[in-house]
Amino acid sequence: MTTFGFLQIAVFSIVILALTKPLGAFMARIFQGERTFLHPLLRGVERLIYRLSGVREDSEQRWTQYAASLIALSAVAFLFVYIIQRLQGVLLFNPMHFGTKAAPSGATAVTPDLAFNTAASFLTNTNWQAYSGEMTMSYFVQMAALAVQNFVSAAVGIAVVVALIRGFARQQANAVGNFWVDLTRATLYVLLPISFVTALIFCSQGAIQNFHSYVNVKTVEGAAQSIPQGPVASQEAIKMLGTNGGGFFNANSAHPYENPTPLTNFLQVILIFLIPAGLTYTFGRMVGDTRQGWAIFSAMAIMFAIGVFTCYHYEQAGNPTLLRLGVERTYTGRQPGGNMEGKETRFGIADSALFATVTTDASCGAVNSVHDSFTPLGGLVPLFNIQTDEVIFGGVGSGLYGMLLYAIVGVFIAGLMVGRTPEYLGKKIGQKEVKMAMVSIIATAFVILVFTAISTVAPFAKNGYWNPPGPAVANLTNPGPHGFSELLYAYSSAPENNGSAFAGLNADTPWFNLTLGLATLLGRFAFIFPVLAIAGSLAAKKKVPSSSGTLPTHGALFVGLLVGTVIVIGALTFFPALALGPLVEHFLMHQGKLFSFIVFPFGS
Amino acid sequence: MKNQIGPAFRWMFVMTLLTGLIYPGVITGVCHFFFPWQADGSLVKHDGQVVGSALIGQNFSKPEYFHPRPSAAGNSGYDPTASGGSNLGPTSQKLMDRMKASVEQVRKENPGYAGPIPADLVTASGSGLDPDISPASAEAQAPRVASSRGVPVDQIFKLIQTHVIHRQWGFLGEPRVNVLLLNLDLDQQFPHR
Repeated sequence: MTTFGFLQIAVFSIVILALTKPLGAFMARIFQGERTFLHPLLRGVERLIYRLSGVREDSEQRWTQYAASLIALSAVAFLFVYIIQRLQGVLLFNPMHFGTKAAPSGATAVTPDLAFNTAASFLTNTNWQAYSGEMTMSYFVQMAALAVQNFVSAAVGIAVVVALIRGFARQQANAVGNFWVDLTRATLYVLLPISFVTALIFCSQGAIQNFHSYVNVKTVEGAAQSIPQGPVASQEAIKMLGTNGGGFFNANSAHPYENPTPLTNFLQVILIFLIPAGLTYTFGRMVGDTRQGWAIFSAMAIMFAIGVFTCYHYEQAGNPTLLRLGVERTYTGRQPGGNMEGKETRFGIADSALFATVTTDASCGAVNSVHDSFTPLGGLVPLFNIQTDEVIFGGVGSGLYGMLLYAIVGVFIAGLMVGRTPEYLGKKIGQKEVKMAMVSIIATAFVILVFTAISTVAPFAKNGYWNPPGPAVANLTNPGPHGFSELLYAYSSAPENNGSAFAGLNADTPWFNLTLGLATLLGRFAFIFPVLAIAGSLAAKKKVPSSSGTLPTHGALFVGLLVGTVIVIGALTFFPALALGPLVEHFLMHQGKLFSFIVFPFGS
Repeated sequence: MKNQIGPAFRWMFVMTLLTGLIYPGVITGVCHFFFPWQADGSLVKHDGQVVGSALIGQNFSKPEYFHPRPSAAGNSGYDPTASGGSNLGPTSQKLMDRMKASVEQVRKENPGYAGPIPADLVTASGSGLDPDISPASAEAQAPRVASSRGVPVDQIFKLIQTHVIHRQWGFLGEPRVNVLLLNLDLDQQFPHR
């Protein structure tokens, strides 16, 4: 690890820490219906949105109605994204004629299964992409379908966690808030203003923003180059801020038009953690004890630090086999050393490891380097981050509600140890809450492991409909344990709504589009409904005064308990699978073992 | 549930207008007012012709030019319509074969350089469009460029120095050299006969 690498990670942490309180306090005001400095500018727009969409601002909903609104919105969102993709050939802003016969050669058609996968993936804040943006989607699809979902799915996450926070804050109440009002306020006062400012900064650094057709140039040595264009900067800002992560281009944030300089890169990682970190303070403020928020923040920060330095260490250590080829492995100040396969020169090792850790701590899934080419243990960090439900700051809203479920499980475990009914924030944690929390955690683990297992052995016919390449393992780029990691990563990324990939997996076939699309929906709603149910149940309960037997949930003991709960549950669930993938690959790599062909489970 | 579909449709429609059309439209206008060159792709002209983008790497294979990193974008590399990395993992035989070939090529093309090979020069970038190489990678190629242009190697080293992009704000990112801009400057200052 280098001084500059360490310095960048330190400055990043300090900036996040400094922004948590002001943004968190601002969001608390927004969701408690108080005036802020943005109200003179935006209150009129807010009212107009309610009038146009027929929403009554002053009426509140029970948790079941809140959930019903959420289902309705998701269904409509699915329709919008699906239809716009399928009709892109006849819609506006399509200079490259995608979806028509005049599309450039090499363009990918948006088949029904691909459109399903993309719609499911974007409405659930996953942004798994089985397509390559620059050769598949028109500017209209990118803006009016995909980027809209970047805003909406992020707002949904915030709305759900705000409802859960109200469950803790209220007592003997029926209602948990109004879904439409929470959504509108999250979009209008939080997501749009920050996106607006950062989009301009991105553009000033070189992120493009236009509607031109692709620029054809003759290079200095006389070759032809067709350079894709598009409204990138505006989409880039919300892609990071909403922890969505779906790139305009295939290379995502590694692409120089999406992420042109180290400054934009730094801003992008800040944007990922910005709202999730701020929400911990919003939580503390709304439940009336900011120490509770800082305790959650601390648990997240500890796990972030472990992850980022582990990843950075193994990426800088690099691939031992390279040494034999006479390639510099150590950092010299004039060149980066380490494992540079799949990494950009302007970011080097430190920024790539930081980005990979942050994007999977959160449910973002943008990448500025190729995770598939990481060293085994460097790549284990993002994978394990995803599998532990992305609660290290986490996705916008989803990170905090995921962590609060772990807090419920944590106080339950602590309660078992001392034989007392568990409490959290003055609310007795009963059977229902613990069951609901466990349902979420087990359901996603189930989806990850079962789908991975099926895909590993599924015997599809070559050139059949479901998976034209043949058995599902024929879609892998890498043989050996690394190939297994590609599958495991895909089926972890989808249900956990991350969307990053070990991208060697060719996932644009009906089998992968449907199973991964289904997994994104299962994973998203397996969390949201139990969380809303808990919110409703908690809101109805009375607060009990704390006694000498109450476990204080703002101290180091609780932080340790929370970190332990997350890591132990994750490790118990996934150790066997990880042992078959990155762990065994690590030892084989150090023995100099290389793999050259894929072994089919049933021969071929 | 049924009475939620109406508001859902209307809300979604309003948001599509606001965040899907108005927001990117306004951003486009403001960007073109303040940063027109960046918004249109940082295109670089040479003798009145657009020869590429300062941000998008392109292939150079002639000895008188500095060469970029290997690229996995498209079949022959640096195809901006096929951005992406190799996706090859650390225990891939294919990756090792490719790197070995790159190492041999670098050694063959640069007999005047005997030091260890910089890590970025034989690895493919994440985008396949990396416009930069590390300063060490440029220096390793300096003797070759100097001899094929018939200029003293010190002058090439000096030119590289003027093209080193330092860490942004003194601590962000890694030092680097933009290959296209360096090569254009090279043609300007030391024309190849």
